[in-house]
Amino acid sequence: MSDDALGQVQLDHRSLLLRSEKATKRARIDRFWRTILLLAVGVALVPLASILGVTIYRGAGAINLNFLTENPPFSSGVEGGGYAPAIFGSIYMTGLAILMSLPLGIFAAVFLVEYKRSRLAGPIRFFTDVMTGVPSVFVGLFIFSSLVVDADLFFGTVPGAAALAVLMLPIIVRSSEEVLRLVPQDLRNGAFGLGLRRWQMITRVVLPAAAPGLATASMLAVARGMGETAPLLFTALGARQIVTSATGTPQGALPLQILDEGRQALPAAVERAWAGSLTLMVLVLLFTVGARLLAARSNVSSLS
Amino acid sequence: MPSTTSSTTPLKRGLRASRRQSLADPAFRWFLTLTGLSVLLVLAWMIVSTTSQAWPVFEKEGFNLFFSSEWNPGNARDGTIQGTYGGFQFLYGTIVSAALAMAFALPLAIGIALYLTQLAPKRIARPLTYAVDLLAAVPSIIYGLWGSLFVVPMLLPFMNWMSQKLGPWLPMFEGPVRVRNLFVTSLVLGIMVLPITSAVIREVFAQVPRDERLAGFGLGATRWEVMRHVVVARSKAGIIGGSMLGLGRALGETIAVLLIIGGNPRSEFRLFNTSQTVASQIAAAFKEASPEYIRALVALGVALFLVTIIVNVIARLVVSRLGHVTGDAAL
Amino acid sequence: MLHTLNRAPVGLVAGMLALALVAAACGGNDGSASENPGGKGDELSAELLGAGASFPDPLYQTWIGEYTTNAQPGVSIQYESIGSGGGRERFIDQQTDFAGSDAYMSDEEIADAVEARGCGDVVHIPMVFGGVVIAYNIEGLDDLILDSATIADIFSGEITNINDPAIADLNPGVDLPDQELTVTVRADGSGTTSIFTTYLEDEDDDWARDYGSGDEIEWFGDQVAGEQNDGVAAAIAQQPGGIGYVSLEFAVQQNLPFASVINDDDNPVEPSTDSVGKAVEGLDLPDDLRFDVLGVGGEGYPIAGATWVLAYTCDMDEAKAAALKDYLTWALDEGDSFAADLGYAPLSDATEELSLEKVEQINAEG
Repeated sequence: MSDDALGQVQLDHRSLLLRSEKATKRARIDRFWRTILLLAVGVALVPLASILGVTIYRGAGAINLNFLTENPPFSSGVEGGGYAPAIFGSIYMTGLAILMSLPLGIFAAVFLVEYKRSRLAGPIRFFTDVMTGVPSVFVGLFIFSSLVVDADLFFGTVPGAAALAVLMLPIIVRSSEEVLRLVPQDLRNGAFGLGLRRWQMITRVVLPAAAPGLATASMLAVARGMGETAPLLFTALGARQIVTSATGTPQGALPLQILDEGRQALPAAVERAWAGSLTLMVLVLLFTVGARLLAARSNVSSLS
Repeated sequence: MPSTTSSTTPLKRGLRASRRQSLADPAFRWFLTLTGLSVLLVLAWMIVSTTSQAWPVFEKEGFNLFFSSEWNPGNARDGTIQGTYGGFQFLYGTIVSAALAMAFALPLAIGIALYLTQLAPKRIARPLTYAVDLLAAVPSIIYGLWGSLFVVPMLLPFMNWMSQKLGPWLPMFEGPVRVRNLFVTSLVLGIMVLPITSAVIREVFAQVPRDERLAGFGLGATRWEVMRHVVVARSKAGIIGGSMLGLGRALGETIAVLLIIGGNPRSEFRLFNTSQTVASQIAAAFKEASPEYIRALVALGVALFLVTIIVNVIARLVVSRLGHVTGDAAL
Repeated sequence: MLHTLNRAPVGLVAGMLALALVAAACGGNDGSASENPGGKGDELSAELLGAGASFPDPLYQTWIGEYTTNAQPGVSIQYESIGSGGGRERFIDQQTDFAGSDAYMSDEEIADAVEARGCGDVVHIPMVFGGVVIAYNIEGLDDLILDSATIADIFSGEITNINDPAIADLNPGVDLPDQELTVTVRADGSGTTSIFTTYLEDEDDDWARDYGSGDEIEWFGDQVAGEQNDGVAAAIAQQPGGIGYVSLEFAVQQNLPFASVINDDDNPVEPSTDSVGKAVEGLDLPDDLRFDVLGVGGEGYPIAGATWVLAYTCDMDEAKAAALKDYLTWALDEGDSFAADLGYAPLSDATEELSLEKVEQINAEG
């Protein structure tokens, strides 16, 4: 409504502008820069379209049911085969990672929202933000030093999942906090009015009310975790067969397998790498877009 | 813990339930505090665990780790350090590639933010915002593949041309043109950090009070003049904050860099030649490294962590003063 | 705040461990072998984990696939190609059942490994021979002869163009284009680097003085680096003027042309499984089977080396030891045809006998 008012003002005064010659020059400069700004958006969309286009174009040709269900061939130069172990490993590790980070993250967010006057809330929120910027390669080294070396777990599923969990934790905390903040204060007051204690109010009123939004938050975290490569290099290591054990045996992952084959100049390997990229992209976008749709439907507008 | 309940609602005090239950609230509060603290604890554990792993290297090399370029890994397995680990050339590559990435990304990010907040009608702005944010969702391995297999061949003629025309005059363009090089790496990094940078800047632009913009128009300013002298001028802190956040990301990016940069460190500035960053060196050398070498790689990682954490803390301090940045690109 | 910081990681560790345990319980099999020790000729059952050299990886994966599907379905073997150096480190650190390496272990490494094991010794089992070739990507050129001196000069940055007079002298009648060279080396430590530099060190005094040999070399500066054999091969394939050293089968796979190299009898020899096989004929092998292939003459290709499997002589799980011995025996006896197909030179009968003796020593001390 006030946007309309603003537009009106601009319209009005543009006509004033055009009166003097200097004004025409300024109007020209104005037009020039507005075109430049539009171009900036266009320039940003070119890589997006290109990445999506190239991945779909190169990947779609190589992807088929076998790709999703078979092991990679023994030698990278051989055609055929698939990324089943990598897909399995990615889902396995991301699943474990969300199990580790989701409860911790959501309750940490509850703390930030429901006890916002605590002296700890400020520092926790701040360092959670800082933590989102910790390089993922460093998180990999951390899990390598702590779990692979110090705890003597060797490379495998659990260290890989732990690395992903550490990366997902701050994302879950911050986006859950966003969601919990949108739960109307009236609901809380109503709950108190019914004689509920704070913990009852939180577990029975606030969390259920925020559930769809929390699902959105966790989906965003899954999308982020699934695409990570660097932390898995030092923790999961990679595998060419399906690995079900939680520790002791290196585990595969889609990004690791793509890295492995994508940097070769063998056409067969590169083709599989593109098919793997398409698979990864679809999985990530499924979660990202799914999260947005869920958010839109549950009116968690700040996340959408 | 009476402090939790000494809040405003008198109703609640009147309806207090049995004494047995009154322990539940403080206990719940403690539980939540602990989960909240877990974030800080993980961060602290990260620092302690990696630093202790890398300690022998810090002890031996001291500041040489940052300022010397002599990198000669050893093979000791008994916790001693026999090689020499001067990581200057990797830090140099990291900083140069990230700075160059920001040089590509920042003008674009400001342009996008201006267009989306000041010019675009709402129904166009929304999908465009989605699209730019979507760049943040693309996994870095796909950026790497795209960069090395698609962007490089596409730009090779252009880079050859630039090198021939400008090389004789400016050393930074000097050949030979290598297919794995700093230029394409920074270009791809710039695209990767575009979403977060523009998200922060968008947020601060949107917060410029309407009154001030209206005042600008009232004085007869054009839209561009208002954007330039009111919106941008008022948002300098946000622009700095946003670009520092982007810089932090660019400093730490690993896999895309690994696939495009060429793996050989260089201490002179050559756009079309190879380079190596701290992160990509860690990823490239890890699998084959001896225990001693791994400690040195962890030490490099700690150095990288320190640099990014400083950049991030400054960025967050700047940004948090400006209010809340939302959307998944900001995460 | 400080005291909570001190106390709480314990809780967190405990929490993480609890999760790990739950996961382990759900995950089921945890890599240990079944109870059946498996007599001779019986069905074997074990899970073996090995890691190491990327150079024989295509062959090992083929062998493992063939062996575990057709010979012993109860055995599962995982081999991670992380590189020779990494493989030896994991092996010394007692994390794997066996290692693959293109370089034999130094006395120090063996001492470290035995100390970590607490008993016995390490056996070196040569599996196949491989050649390291000088692959290049130069338009219009697919026939090139080099000798040790020109190779050393190229890889120390002294020859920068393929039309260098020194190269022209070796290639009369070949039209060498004007093409700047981009030297491509390994970014990670590697057995391939070790074979290549050991050859140069032996042949070229300047090289021995300035660079020496090893898994990792401090190069002259203006080179490009790739990870692992496939990374180097890819870097050469994409870079006009690229030249680098990769193992034969990677060059063959990537369709890269590679140079013939003049050996000690002044014969230019084209690398092939055949000429690599000839290089190792008549070698006098030491008892522990740790050797370099040097001073090759006749019709042998001069840049070659063995690739070894490393294992311990003691303290192995019975079932695992039985499976490992069975697999290695199978590979040495029946794996030759796969080797030749993939570009490796199978062992001669005499060498194979020596390798099989070593296989019998695995876990012989119990």
